[in-house]
Amino acid sequence: MTRPLVKVRDLKMHFPIYAGLLRRQVGAVKAVDGVSFDILEGETLGLVGESGCGKSTCGRAVLRLYDITDGEITVDGRAIGSEDQRSLRKMRPTMQMVFQDPQACLNPRMTVGSIIGEPLVEHTAMSKAERTDKVRDLMDKVGLNAAFINRYPHEFSGGQRQRIGIARALALNPKFIVCDEPIAALDVSIQAQVVNLLEELQDSLGLTYLFISHDLSMVRHIADRVAVMYLGKVVELAPRDALYDEPLHPYTEALLSAVPEPDPAKAGQKRDRIVLQGDVPSPANPPEGCNFCTRCPRVMDVCTRLDPEFREVKPGHWAACHLHD
Amino acid sequence: MPDGDTRNVLEVNNLRTVFGTRSGEVHAVNSVSFHVKPGELLGVVGESGSGKSVTMMSLIGLLPSPPADVREGEVLLDGEDLLKVTPDRLRDVRGGEVGFIFQDPMTSLNPVFTVGYQIMEPVRRHMGLNKKQAKARAIELLELVGIPGAAGRLSDYPHQFSGGMRQRVMIAIALACDPKVLIADEPTTALDVTIQAQILEIVEDLRAKLGMAIIWITHDLGVIAGIADRVAVMYAGQIVEHAPVFPLFNDPRHPYTRALLKTIPTVSGERAAKLQVIEGQPPMLGAAPTACPFRDRCPLVFDRCHAENPLRADVGDGHDVACFHPLAHTAKEAVA
Repeated sequence: MTRPLVKVRDLKMHFPIYAGLLRRQVGAVKAVDGVSFDILEGETLGLVGESGCGKSTCGRAVLRLYDITDGEITVDGRAIGSEDQRSLRKMRPTMQMVFQDPQACLNPRMTVGSIIGEPLVEHTAMSKAERTDKVRDLMDKVGLNAAFINRYPHEFSGGQRQRIGIARALALNPKFIVCDEPIAALDVSIQAQVVNLLEELQDSLGLTYLFISHDLSMVRHIADRVAVMYLGKVVELAPRDALYDEPLHPYTEALLSAVPEPDPAKAGQKRDRIVLQGDVPSPANPPEGCNFCTRCPRVMDVCTRLDPEFREVKPGHWAACHLHD
Repeated sequence: MPDGDTRNVLEVNNLRTVFGTRSGEVHAVNSVSFHVKPGELLGVVGESGSGKSVTMMSLIGLLPSPPADVREGEVLLDGEDLLKVTPDRLRDVRGGEVGFIFQDPMTSLNPVFTVGYQIMEPVRRHMGLNKKQAKARAIELLELVGIPGAAGRLSDYPHQFSGGMRQRVMIAIALACDPKVLIADEPTTALDVTIQAQILEIVEDLRAKLGMAIIWITHDLGVIAGIADRVAVMYAGQIVEHAPVFPLFNDPRHPYTRALLKTIPTVSGERAAKLQVIEGQPPMLGAAPTACPFRDRCPLVFDRCHAENPLRADVGDGHDVACFHPLAHTAKEAVA
């Protein structure tokens, strides 16, 4: 059994809302509200959910890009939940992030070489020549022509820019990378290229990923285990095949049935599609009881009163639903 | 599938749109032809930059000129060429006979007008209704697209609606004047899957009720498989394959369509160890095509592909494909 590289326990990230003349705090957006999971060494945990469910916030909070409200985070044996940002800097090389928008996360005034080399300047004592070598090596690794080292981000296509972002994340030989929707902004044919690259790098460098995405079919491809988030909470967490074959939570079920199948024959017979009514409630004012009770097709009395506990229903298959009490 | 009525409500022939930019011309749409019948849903798929949106915007003159220049072709709406009509007539067509749903529901509603006003605007302009009738019509439309408490929400502003609701408002506006043709430009791309499922359901429902022709642009093959009658695949400003929905997915002929279908993972069935990729990038469209635009990424490429641009050739049963390779015309997908 491999040991967990990342342990998250009861993570909470609340953003305060200030209002009124004196800007008093009148409430909080509970973007992440009590999330727990482990990520084993060398595995990919997929984190899926609709927009606004807190999956990106969760990813950023795990890396301590925010000062979290509550909870414990352990990365590579070190508790970083309450550490201050200054002492965290030493820890940063082991954990890195690939951002969603390859357009926005690269400084347009820096050359590709200086973008990829910047973490090396910050965290290592390499000489300029060593850095250039390393940058070329990294560009090679992610499939970019090393001759483009002095070009600017706008001269690259979306897929290539995402490769630059990946190279930058790899620069310090991290163990753990949070991929925050790395393919959402890319075209279908380019998505496959980037996902394959991420998988190859994982195999050759032994990386551990937290792969955040709203694309359930892509997560099925890349992840070993999958966590489904809804309104700030993980509602189901299971190994990939168990989750896709027999989802235990009604939300997961609905989410899976809503994904259109690229096969007209299946689309025709798929009349048992579950269409959820209404919208996701506001995380500033979540419903009482289970967060999903306002849209759940199988809602019961107890759901509007009690928040279901997140527990292991089957070995390795966790869910938070009263149906499995 | 439409029955009986076989007249084309919209027919586009040889449309060519060119953008003039400082660094030269961009040939965004090259000899695109297609048609739709009443009650039919034509899906248009392609990657970003393949010219899907520009084609549709050229149809009803939504592109600013300059830089855009619709060089050639005809757009026949019930026999009337929209590229030749006066600007006044075109204003009647837009929103009246042709409805348009834009991609981004967040930015395509005007934030300083109420939703009710924005729905009533086309109704009053095109159908000549008075305020009271227009209001009744607006409420009817909002109910049609499934917004609860429609009457009470007319005086709300767009920011008070969620993304899915705003897209419904957009659909309501596009449907306001009973258009003959509805053009939906990636209407669900910005939405979550559960909301997308709601919108798809509404559109299916409305199509059965209202019987208009719909052109549905998307890059999501899954969506197309679920709702389209016929599909046109665009690549580099051209339609490379066009077929009814079943043959397109079961027997794709163009190497691009085949590759595209293989690159997408699914939520059920076998899980491939590795995703198929289409190597390389789509081409720049700096000049009118003189060779097959897919040649640099094509596994079946041969000499002729570099010399000539293939035209769409019929392979039977309303299926046509723009490819020279004999496999595209005869064989099922065995070798590719």
